[in-house]
Amino acid sequence: MNVDWSAFTPAAGTAGGLLIGAGAVLLMLGAGRIAGISGIVGGLLAPERGGGWRIAFLLGLCAAPWLFRLFSELPSITVEASTPRLIVAGLLVGIGTRYASGCTSGHGVCGLSRGSRRSLVATLIFMAAGFATVYVLRHVAGV
Amino acid sequence: MAALYAFAAGLVFGLGLLTSGLADPARVLGFLDLAGLWNPTLAFVMGGAVLATSVGYALLRRRRASLSGEPMRWPQATRLDARLAAGSLAFGVGWGLAGFCPGPALVAAAAGIGDAAVFAGAMLAGMGIHAYITRAGRRDGDATGPRA
Repeated sequence: MNVDWSAFTPAAGTAGGLLIGAGAVLLMLGAGRIAGISGIVGGLLAPERGGGWRIAFLLGLCAAPWLFRLFSELPSITVEASTPRLIVAGLLVGIGTRYASGCTSGHGVCGLSRGSRRSLVATLIFMAAGFATVYVLRHVAGV
Repeated sequence: MAALYAFAAGLVFGLGLLTSGLADPARVLGFLDLAGLWNPTLAFVMGGAVLATSVGYALLRRRRASLSGEPMRWPQATRLDARLAAGSLAFGVGWGLAGFCPGPALVAAAAGIGDAAVFAGAMLAGMGIHAYITRAGRRDGDATGPRA
């Protein structure tokens, strides 16, 4: 296995991970909700009473890069995928996360932290599918 | 009050995504590319996030209500079914195709990255398609199963 040491940033990764966890804990402590991004966004499509916390959470999420910029240069964000591929990927992620009732945050972070068997199964499946997709794209199809 | 906490939580969560590098699809794909030049950073992101969340959740387990007075809504679903498996499979393929999952896509779009906005738009359309299908199913009297 060849490791990309130049891009390996375990300290920043761990610090960012701890912050992600702190955000998830704060949402449960303050609002009694699970920090699952796909569920928070998807819930807006079926409007309910008392859904203001969803909008507020997403506003906070979207304010993050602006606050970050006040103190430091924003980390690079490089998108390699073409527009058609982005559209197909977005549709799959949108439909898939709603059928699975969760994504990387809801299952991968919050679910695993609760010891949920459902979330463990979901996480193993989407990780395996992610590894397999990148393998096929880069090493079989060669695109 | 719940909205105030939610705003702060979203802000911290988003700062974490940016700090960790998870908002950059190139780094996510670097993690998913085991056979290429592998970047293990994402494992540390997940480790840190699960560590902080499991400790925090353990401390909150016995609370009856949140600080805003809203009840603690812990997920109740336990069933392993085809929806969970097929949905996760589709999600994983989409994640591998672009390197974006929902949170990072929204943060990157908010940072002004046009490609992230394209992905986020398609993702919202996908969620809309799911909402339409499940709503139509319910109208037809089809039981759509428990929701998380």
